[in-house]
Amino acid sequence: MKRIKLLSLQVLVMLVFLGAWHVVTTTSLFGDVKTLQFFFSTPTAVLTRTFKQLTSGDIYWHLGITLTETVLAFVIGSLAGILFGFAFARRELLSAVFDPYIKAANALPRVVLAPIFALWFGLGIWSKVALGFTLVFFIVFFNVYQGVREVSPTILANARMLGMNERQLFKHVYWPSALTWMFSSLHTSVGFALVGAVVGEYLGSSAGLGYKIHEAESVFDVTGVFSGMLILAIFVIAIDAVVTLVEKRLLVWRPGQSATTA
Amino acid sequence: MELQGNPQAGAGAGAHAPAEPAVALGGVDITFHLADGGRYQAVKGIDLNVFPGEFVSIVGPTGCGKSTLLNAAAGLLTPSTGRVDIFGKPLAGLNRRAGYLFQQDALMPWKTALENVKVALEPMGVSDKEADQRAREWLARVGLRTFVDRYPHMLSGGQRKRVSLAQMLIRNPEILLMDEPFGPLDAQTRQIMGNLLLDLWSRDRKALMFVTHDLEEAIALSDRVVVMSAGPAAGIVADYKVTLPRPRDIADIRLEKAFHEIHRDIWTSLKVEVQKAYAMGEGRELVGGDVS
Repeated sequence: MKRIKLLSLQVLVMLVFLGAWHVVTTTSLFGDVKTLQFFFSTPTAVLTRTFKQLTSGDIYWHLGITLTETVLAFVIGSLAGILFGFAFARRELLSAVFDPYIKAANALPRVVLAPIFALWFGLGIWSKVALGFTLVFFIVFFNVYQGVREVSPTILANARMLGMNERQLFKHVYWPSALTWMFSSLHTSVGFALVGAVVGEYLGSSAGLGYKIHEAESVFDVTGVFSGMLILAIFVIAIDAVVTLVEKRLLVWRPGQSATTA
Repeated sequence: MELQGNPQAGAGAGAHAPAEPAVALGGVDITFHLADGGRYQAVKGIDLNVFPGEFVSIVGPTGCGKSTLLNAAAGLLTPSTGRVDIFGKPLAGLNRRAGYLFQQDALMPWKTALENVKVALEPMGVSDKEADQRAREWLARVGLRTFVDRYPHMLSGGQRKRVSLAQMLIRNPEILLMDEPFGPLDAQTRQIMGNLLLDLWSRDRKALMFVTHDLEEAIALSDRVVVMSAGPAAGIVADYKVTLPRPRDIADIRLEKAFHEIHRDIWTSLKVEVQKAYAMGEGRELVGGDVS
């Protein structure tokens, strides 16, 4: 009962929004219809275009490019983040020396790097991967660093009293703890990998979802821009659902994740 | 600090035990360097011998450094001065012959009960298959046969302690160190856990140092009860022998006359220290709790 109520309210919000949009852009209540449609398009036009794009094959190629960039940025960024996170957490001196530089690098708005990356790596997928990498790396790095540093002292002392050496401590204590922190930021880091890819494409490329949106924008095709955004949103929700699934599988031991008792 | 202890206690302890103590603390001082640059002397001039086969409880007011002492015996911290000898050899680094049961949850939350117990055998080079079998045996022994695949958060506080107990005992350590292990549990569970501990311990009688703030628990379980003074610079003020017959049921034993006599004796020396601790502000929480 509650679920149905919630769902119908959610649908209601969408209908009100689409209805308002429709009324504004198809009646002369708010001004000239042609001007309004130029700026805001109409919900039916956007939905029709989206449907057309999703049923024609072309868009999937672009989605494939964007997905490839996202996955590469995520994987490479995570690997580097894990490596450096561990190194910095276990070496006091290293983290002390590099602390200001890491902070400075992280404070830098990554968009300004996009032209540099385009110059270095060309207009293909690698400049987008590089941009996504700079976003993912820091999230994973900070989480792994935190995860290693904040291992419960009791769990650590207990493991040491059980006779574990450094390698075994790493395997049974530091690594799982760091992974937990990393997984807890999985949604954010996957999201940022996608942001890097799309922004990179938007700023200069010949393929991908960001490119499609940019292409529509440059010919003032507002319907195309909105439809691109809609497809992007569906894409993000789909990726997020996959991440949630992975998270549930990997963090079964966490309270609240699967509190079912046999 | 004068010794108020029962005069026959200390001497009798090692009488029929082997001459070499499992744990020997000699003139141990432990000072902590605080973050603000100050120093805090937790314990001072501790002399304590624990012999193989002996169940020794350490009681004292909150914050008297009972756990600090245990950590010194475990090698988790090094005394500022004094000696820690394990079976006659000076302790360097961690005490490899000891198992430690912590007050807080010490299980790896990302491992199931079985994996947590199994992992204790890995440093000893036991094969996976054998470790699996032995871990299942131990979990059955602590009454968790059907809970092997549960993660710690799916277990109750008492069940988690049982897993920790199995994890410690599967390595068959010669010295058992326990830091208020049943502290966070409710009264009934504590009794059940106490009986389980006595049952497991009595099979091979290892040297056992048991820290608790609960005097009744200490008497019910132990061969000896050591009373520590209020901190800072806490010392041992008394050492009592508990001659109650074994096997004991720790719920029933509390009703016996002999138990009450021992309890009264020890409480007279403990009370002084507890009051001192309150006077110094250590008991603020408790006093506050009484008022509200």
